[in-house]
Amino acid sequence: MSIKVTLPTAFIRHTEGRKQFDSAAANLSGLLADIDQTFPALSIQIKDDDGKLRRFINIYVNEEDIRFLGGETYAFQDGDEVMLIPSIAGGR
Amino acid sequence: MNYSCSRYELKCNECGTLYGNQPLSACPDCLAPLEIVYDLEAVRGIFTRENIAAGPANIWRYAALLPIPEGFQPDLPVGFTPLIRAKNLGKRIGASNLYIKNDAVCFPTLSFKDRVVSVALANAQKFGFEIVGCSSTGNLANSVAAQSARLGLKACILVPADLEPAKILNTLVYGARLVRIDGNYDHVNRLCSQIAEEYNWGFVNVNLRPYYAEGSKTVGYEIAEQLGWRLPDNVVVPMAGGSLIRKIRKAFNELIYLGLVEDKPVRFFGAQATGCSPISVAVKEGTDFIEPQRPNTIARSLAIGSPADGPAAAHMIRSSGGWAEDVSDVEIVSGIQELAETEGIFTETAGGVTTAVTARLYADGRIGRDQTTVVCITGNGLKTTDALQGRYTQERAVRPRLADFDAYLRELDGIVETELAAAGGN
Repeated sequence: MSIKVTLPTAFIRHTEGRKQFDSAAANLSGLLADIDQTFPALSIQIKDDDGKLRRFINIYVNEEDIRFLGGETYAFQDGDEVMLIPSIAGGR
Repeated sequence: MNYSCSRYELKCNECGTLYGNQPLSACPDCLAPLEIVYDLEAVRGIFTRENIAAGPANIWRYAALLPIPEGFQPDLPVGFTPLIRAKNLGKRIGASNLYIKNDAVCFPTLSFKDRVVSVALANAQKFGFEIVGCSSTGNLANSVAAQSARLGLKACILVPADLEPAKILNTLVYGARLVRIDGNYDHVNRLCSQIAEEYNWGFVNVNLRPYYAEGSKTVGYEIAEQLGWRLPDNVVVPMAGGSLIRKIRKAFNELIYLGLVEDKPVRFFGAQATGCSPISVAVKEGTDFIEPQRPNTIARSLAIGSPADGPAAAHMIRSSGGWAEDVSDVEIVSGIQELAETEGIFTETAGGVTTAVTARLYADGRIGRDQTTVVCITGNGLKTTDALQGRYTQERAVRPRLADFDAYLRELDGIVETELAAAGGN
């Protein structure tokens, strides 16, 4: 099983220029562990002092916010496209 | 693609890093939103009551505290909308010192978005963008389309597919390219973040967002100036992304710091539709995070289920001693009608939300009867007439004869004696 992960351009200086990578992670915590291993510099960037994902980063799975899919309990499906995106919003 | 300026620059709210002036909305280090900071000491003696009064009757009278590049010559008279005493609405809801800040008549496109867009596009030009865009729930689309046409910029605007027809028409008429996205606003917004990374476009509420958001401060400056350079006790503000309410507060704080108004506590109250109320829920539950929602409300201009400025807005509201409320779609329509019937102001659904929430805040005793309260109406009812569909039926046409007219009135009112007979006619 494999998922495709896309990063914001702001992060590629921590991944030696890679904007996309494949992961075999089963869920969100698995993905974060994978990032710890593969891109330690990125790992420091996206986690807060408690080791949790920073609140300014949203995770999308196939266009849907992962929080609507169960968040940390969501089990990645083969071929899922996972995106990390800064939580910049419009509106008033 | 950046410029230097000694008056203001970008700063990360979280880590404090300064970034000069460039099209960038999130801190490259921690992804927190960037905000404009000013050298307030440098404008002391410039940003004064006298100089402001001598300026034009629009938002540019406050240019010294807006991120406007040197040399930019604003030519659109945006803002400086009426602040009116709302005695009739006040009587109905138990408020004796109520004011409406009426951005339903903001120039040029009848919503408060004209303020933010004018500041964003000044910077888009300075950064050299030839194409500008936005993700929008409607009002922003209208304003970007109109103002970019005037400035000779191309516009590409992305909206949720189910947007009100009037807001779509009011974008297309200016010659803008409009792309309807099969999804809600949060889907549109996420897509725009990706587009902004890949295309060299200036998105007013993505990569130009810190500049754009500063335009909202002018609502706060105007409220204070129009109250005779004093601050109100309470402000009621509609919330979608959670930006406006914080920028009004920022404006008040700058005025206090520079001595234009006396320091006093101002409570901030946020208004949302129950069908999309992530910030209101966070305020009520006292949490410092936002649980995203899937929007389901007629107040489409407030339908942002995952508001980026939500956590900061919820925190600010609570720390000010204020509160947030949300109202149903039925109450929203009643709010629109109530404001129109009492004050002669026809607002859009978002204004219905704000009016209905204000009524509830008084009813629940959260705002005291005699306190000075300003209600921010941010958009025009002509853009969301579909919300009133079926509320008013078109009656039959009457023959152009006095007797027929008289009979028709009797029929409507159920009156036996005719007006004509009472007046001695026949």
